[in-house]
Amino acid sequence: MENTNTILVNPFAKTSGKGKDIKETAVVGITQVAVLLIIAILFVILGIIIYQGRDKFSWEFISSFPTDGMTKGGIFPALIGTFILVIVMSIAAVPFGTITAIYLTEYAKENSKFAAAVRFSIRTLAVVPSIIFGLFGLGFFIQFVGTGMDTAFNGGELHWGQPNILWASLTMALLTLPVIIVSVEEALKTIPRELREASLALGATKWQTIKKVVFPGSISGIMTGTILAVSRGAGEVAPILFTGAAYYLATLPESLSDQFMNLGYHVYIMSTQSSDVEKTMPIQFATTLVLLILTLSLNLVAVVIRSRIRRKAK
Amino acid sequence: MRDIKIQVNDLSLYYGEKKALNNISMQIPANKVTALIGPSGCGKSTFLRCINRMNDLIPSVKITGEMLVEGVDIYDKNVDVVNIRKKIGMVFQKSNPFPKSIYENVAYGPRINGLKDKTQLDEIVETSLRQAAIWDEFKDRLDDSALGLSGGQQQRLCIARTLAVSPDIILMDEPASALDPISTSKIEELVHELKEQYTIIIVTHNMQQAARTSDHTAFFYMGELIEMGKTNAIFTKPEKKQTEDYITGRFG
Amino acid sequence: MNSPLPIKQTFTKESLKKQFRLSEFLAEKIISSVAFLSIAIIFLIFIFVFKESLPLFSFGDKAKTEIQTTTGAEVETYGAETSTEEIQPETYGAPAENLEPESYGTTTEDLNPVVEEIAVTEPETYGTVTEDLNPDSASEEVVAIDEKVTGNKEGADKTWSTFFSTEWVPVSDNPRFGLIALLIGTLKVTVIAMLIAGPLAILAAVYTSCFASNRRKEIIKPIIEMLAAFPSVVIGFFAMMVLATFFQDIFGYDSRLNAFIGGVAMALAAIPIIYTISEDALSAVPKTYTEASLALGASKAQTAFSVILPAATPGIFAALLLGVGRVFGETMIALMATGNAALLSANPFESVRTFAATIGSEMAETVFGETHYSVLFFIGSLLFIFSFILNAVAEFYVKGKLIKKFQGK
Repeated sequence: MENTNTILVNPFAKTSGKGKDIKETAVVGITQVAVLLIIAILFVILGIIIYQGRDKFSWEFISSFPTDGMTKGGIFPALIGTFILVIVMSIAAVPFGTITAIYLTEYAKENSKFAAAVRFSIRTLAVVPSIIFGLFGLGFFIQFVGTGMDTAFNGGELHWGQPNILWASLTMALLTLPVIIVSVEEALKTIPRELREASLALGATKWQTIKKVVFPGSISGIMTGTILAVSRGAGEVAPILFTGAAYYLATLPESLSDQFMNLGYHVYIMSTQSSDVEKTMPIQFATTLVLLILTLSLNLVAVVIRSRIRRKAK
Repeated sequence: MRDIKIQVNDLSLYYGEKKALNNISMQIPANKVTALIGPSGCGKSTFLRCINRMNDLIPSVKITGEMLVEGVDIYDKNVDVVNIRKKIGMVFQKSNPFPKSIYENVAYGPRINGLKDKTQLDEIVETSLRQAAIWDEFKDRLDDSALGLSGGQQQRLCIARTLAVSPDIILMDEPASALDPISTSKIEELVHELKEQYTIIIVTHNMQQAARTSDHTAFFYMGELIEMGKTNAIFTKPEKKQTEDYITGRFG
Repeated sequence: MNSPLPIKQTFTKESLKKQFRLSEFLAEKIISSVAFLSIAIIFLIFIFVFKESLPLFSFGDKAKTEIQTTTGAEVETYGAETSTEEIQPETYGAPAENLEPESYGTTTEDLNPVVEEIAVTEPETYGTVTEDLNPDSASEEVVAIDEKVTGNKEGADKTWSTFFSTEWVPVSDNPRFGLIALLIGTLKVTVIAMLIAGPLAILAAVYTSCFASNRRKEIIKPIIEMLAAFPSVVIGFFAMMVLATFFQDIFGYDSRLNAFIGGVAMALAAIPIIYTISEDALSAVPKTYTEASLALGASKAQTAFSVILPAATPGIFAALLLGVGRVFGETMIALMATGNAALLSANPFESVRTFAATIGSEMAETVFGETHYSVLFFIGSLLFIFSFILNAVAEFYVKGKLIKKFQGK
């Protein structure tokens, strides 16, 4: 038994049969521990936030205004502000992202330098720190576009040249653009070449083919992209720090030129600048819980749709 | 000559540096079925896709020579490729209905040509489906998704879809290769009926199919046209050794 | 059958003539130009972030413009310098009308009257521009403004000299912008985060792609990727409220929020990025490599670490680079968990302040156009350039390596 075993052992292996087994188990074990550790951390975060936030978390909390200098009451305006933000953001980013994705899959020639530059830009956009988008929003949208609009239309009176929900949304749209482009592109790639050929062989032009065959097939991809972008946009705070988020507002924003409250920003403010951090702790945890439920559930929906697209493609 | 629908002069095709079709010259008669046969990779499908300029879609492809359809060179730079494809329909190897209803599949071509009138559309859909001999099968479920049909039905629907654009020439790229024998024979019957009105060029792997359906046969080998003639002649007394070897099953 | 040939000739030069299709043309043009915007955005971001930091680069050597603007008045060095300041907004792209402050806004508006006054009361104003304030100057206002001007002018040169100091004291009579302190802080957090996230994420990726069964893979991947969906403000909040106390109890250090806590929290943000990209890289290693190794009798673990991992090195390197990029520019976690004190020390349990957090916390308090404001934008430009380079390296270097590796070219 021993003998046959040694013959079978790989001559390149440094250790004998038994030692190898132990080492093998240990190595695999270490990698397994890494996985378990990451998953454990994730559930610990989730668990603690749910545990700490559950008392305060209620319909009333979601639907009422903060009171007593934000030490009591709910988060209604922050929730609404976040909704408006992601809606305006989507209106700007979704068409833009979809068209860019259509360019990349349908119009870009294989070895074109231009397409390569577009792809590189999109990937760069995806890794630029979110605070830079905030700076850009301030430097471009507020100082340049906003002030320019005031100069041109309002006779220099300050109206658009200051932080507001429009500029914050547009800033966020730039940030989430790569998310949408990548999702839509992935969906467009799953549309079989045969369908495009069928349409072209019937005498359809390229644009007709895109409109009637390619685009309808990418709706689910656009949906995934939008949901992922919304999830991202709802959670990001850095880009809106100085482009429109407000500490506290007694009323809901009425127009795009108003400032707004935001869930993530609310968490940040409450936990770092509040007069009594200890006292508002339950509010902070509950707000974080709401934010987390919002982003994670959106993400989950997107993942489900996406895996369905992938399965269909197979 | 009116009998000659397509006249090919010295046509060569390159994939980048590689020459895939080598100086093809042939004449394809009108209102006949012409079969293109040969071992796989011999260039017969590539040649077929030259006839409606589907190879334009591949960026690295370069084509030289002439492809005269009724005397007009379709590779002339003043010729509109979209109009070419309206006149020269194509049925693909793998049936590829759109993920839409049966009706919408057939109406697709007329619609992109700007036809909006519902009664006219209905009429076209019905005639096309009748021509493709599937009207009776489909007339009660025109709104069903085409993806729910069997392979043979899908392929015949694709033929009906091609007919709805009222082309002059129909290219068929191994239309029955993925089908069972019964569906195959239905397609062959259909080809036989359609040739009265259309010029049909069919690529096939299956020599019996070529012998059964076609009037003329062209044998391709290694990107070259080896021999072309009446199907009878090709199958009974081929002039070239390679043709004979292929037909008798000695290679391929 | 064919004798009465159909007379209709469908293929004529006319019927096949090339058509101009407007919608086709427009669609292509519009789609390409929208795609072009994504390139433009990158440039715009750079230009507009960098633009706001430009005042830092004005060392007062605009000889040519001086002459143009001061032709009316006597050309005198002091006066000319004042007008250099005055025309700067235009050089930097302010609206031509100059109705609204663009860059340098506040100074511009105030300066305009000054320059007029210079023309009127020449002798005095020359004096006022000198460093010692001349009590005889035309008005109080002029003095105040000139002070600002000189302060600003000196700032341009002085700010640079303070960049390499170790103190970050932006708001004081003698502001110092010691970028070194911030750089050290950022590096400290980055190193800590990468030391935690790198090994963890790569090991997890190795497990997922080399050892896990398909069913486990399908559970593990989405869960770890879900970590990417956690907003950074949530991670920052968690670090601040829970981790900080937890680790303080263990290590017993003084400052609750410090580089270590920040690093741990940022590791959480970097893990999903490093994990996903590494996992892709590992899975992209051709099956033949694995099979060859296994066929030679190597164990699964040996194959994973001596064949698959080396083959995927470029991809994993890219993953780490992008991880660094994420940590380097992460703002909310840094703001909430690092303590935000620009201390210079090697101790990982001291508070630090990162570049991104500095921008995030101070931008709202700066006055538009002043040196502090410009410095923050300058830091932003640095961050942008850094992340741009990281991405470019990850993209081109790594892609080139991978192609070489797998195609042997």
